[in-house]
Amino acid sequence: MAEAQIKPLTLNFGPQHPAAHGVLRLVLEMDGEVIERADPHIGLLHRGTEKLIEYKTYLQAVPYFDRLDYTAPMVQVHPFLLAIEKLMGIAVPKRAQYIRVLYSEITRLMNHLLNVTAFAIDVGAMTPLLWGFEQREKLLEFYERASGARMHTAYFRPGGVHQDLPAGLLEDIGRFCESFPKVIDDIETLLTDNRIFRQRTVDIGVVGAEEAFDLGFSGPMLRASGVAWDLRRAQSYECYDELDFQIPVGKNGDCFDRYMVRMAEMRQSVKIIEQCIERMPEGPVQVPNHKVTPPKRGEMKRSMEALIQHFKLYTEGFHVPPGETYTAIEAPKGEIGVYLVSDGTNRPYRCKIRTPAFVHLSAMDRLCRGHMLADSVAIMGALDVVFGEVDR
Amino acid sequence: MNQALIDLGEYVAAALPEDVSDPRVALDELAVWTEPGSVIKVLTFLRDDQNCQFKELVDLTAVDYPGREKRFEVVYNLLSLKHNQRIRVKLAADEQTQVPSVTTIFSSALWYEREVWDMYGLFFSDHPDLRRILTDYGFEGHPLRKDFPLTGYVEVRYDEDSKRVVYEPVKLAQEFRSFDFTSPWEGMLHLPGDEKAQEADEGDEA
Repeated sequence: MAEAQIKPLTLNFGPQHPAAHGVLRLVLEMDGEVIERADPHIGLLHRGTEKLIEYKTYLQAVPYFDRLDYTAPMVQVHPFLLAIEKLMGIAVPKRAQYIRVLYSEITRLMNHLLNVTAFAIDVGAMTPLLWGFEQREKLLEFYERASGARMHTAYFRPGGVHQDLPAGLLEDIGRFCESFPKVIDDIETLLTDNRIFRQRTVDIGVVGAEEAFDLGFSGPMLRASGVAWDLRRAQSYECYDELDFQIPVGKNGDCFDRYMVRMAEMRQSVKIIEQCIERMPEGPVQVPNHKVTPPKRGEMKRSMEALIQHFKLYTEGFHVPPGETYTAIEAPKGEIGVYLVSDGTNRPYRCKIRTPAFVHLSAMDRLCRGHMLADSVAIMGALDVVFGEVDR
Repeated sequence: MNQALIDLGEYVAAALPEDVSDPRVALDELAVWTEPGSVIKVLTFLRDDQNCQFKELVDLTAVDYPGREKRFEVVYNLLSLKHNQRIRVKLAADEQTQVPSVTTIFSSALWYEREVWDMYGLFFSDHPDLRRILTDYGFEGHPLRKDFPLTGYVEVRYDEDSKRVVYEPVKLAQEFRSFDFTSPWEGMLHLPGDEKAQEADEGDEA
């Protein structure tokens, strides 16, 4: 009998699929139930953020960053602000630095809570999501009390943060930190030693350290492969070098290790938050330079200069000296960086946003090959992709 | 940190004198220039040399300067986890230049180069799969070029008669507004009326 050539089956996954974590169209070439090639089609959520930013003043560009990764809004703005502050040579007051770090870590908790529990639902566990969201709701409340918005906060601003924390907020965050580790324990009892969870995640999507470098991995994805690399420690920014925390690393670089790294990171984040509350210094939350930050409302009633400064700041904005910088921070998903080119005007000449999920998703083909169809969902869940930042 | 970067720039320039030029440290960041023909050699050296070990290609992007002879600047941002350093490699290219793809050195370049092709129309030779990535299927033009309008050329809507989404030329309900907020005392180098003074000066000399 002549050997018959069987054409691989092409399977279309998405763009509307609950396990696709947004709008991903994944074209899979299948040999039976084994994936031979995975081709993610992205861009369905492309909004042209980088182009829009070129037409906005620096201050107007800030809220676009909140909308990149809508599961972890505040940290996205951070590299852009650090880039501006680097080009302008501004040093942010200590209290603003601590508030930024405090909220970066709250954001990390929010992101990991969503990712870990949504990952659990992808591989068949329902309860962690319900427990996780209860906690996430409390964190969103902390967002709202500081900035007035639950999601798109625009709270971090060039030269500091938008306003000081309201009275009593730090105490409430402190109380949350006391009760929260118990919830991590509870979620861990459901997942870590769960037989089904382990069968679905251990040895799935394995990436070694050298391969992780080649694929451009960062953040928990890189640490799960056993590389102790964290920008908060290695290229410290704000006040992270004054804080005491550990960098959890994995061993095997599989989906289970990625989950374990994220769980351990949540415990470290709680530790950082507690230190921030304890050490929170008094003082201003914005630089006194009114070319960059608005003057006080009361001052504007009396001083003509303050009124002019306010008007100029919100119409013309501020001018950033010519230059270019690549500034990166450790976002919950990995390294998020901004390559900012300024030509000395009030608008960025070019603002390239390097997002971790874009790079991680580009490794999808390499990770999926040879795995079963159901594993692609587990791999995707552990990659931690959000399409707002993949597509920009 | 700064001195280490200056040393590194000198070291790279000395090791590859024909391929690397103008190492410069600004704002504690090192940038070097290279040529499209040498980019593979330079990036391989940076990745494999013991004193460099730039094993991660963190970012690859382009910047458009329509006024220049070679309008695009391709920028490679590399990270060395061993030495905790970053380096930026830049090269100039125009629409006709074929920049060699670096996907053989760094797999993470696969999508970055597709993105630059999509956004700037800059061609990477030997790329295994150079398709558009972020824009719509069948999209025309390269949106991040400075001569591409912010509003684009086409818009989509659902057509009730043909029961499908149709593409139409953009109709703006209101003219596109681009405000010039530049203060006369800061940004404007030539005030209105300056040319008269110039003419008067020339008249005096004559």
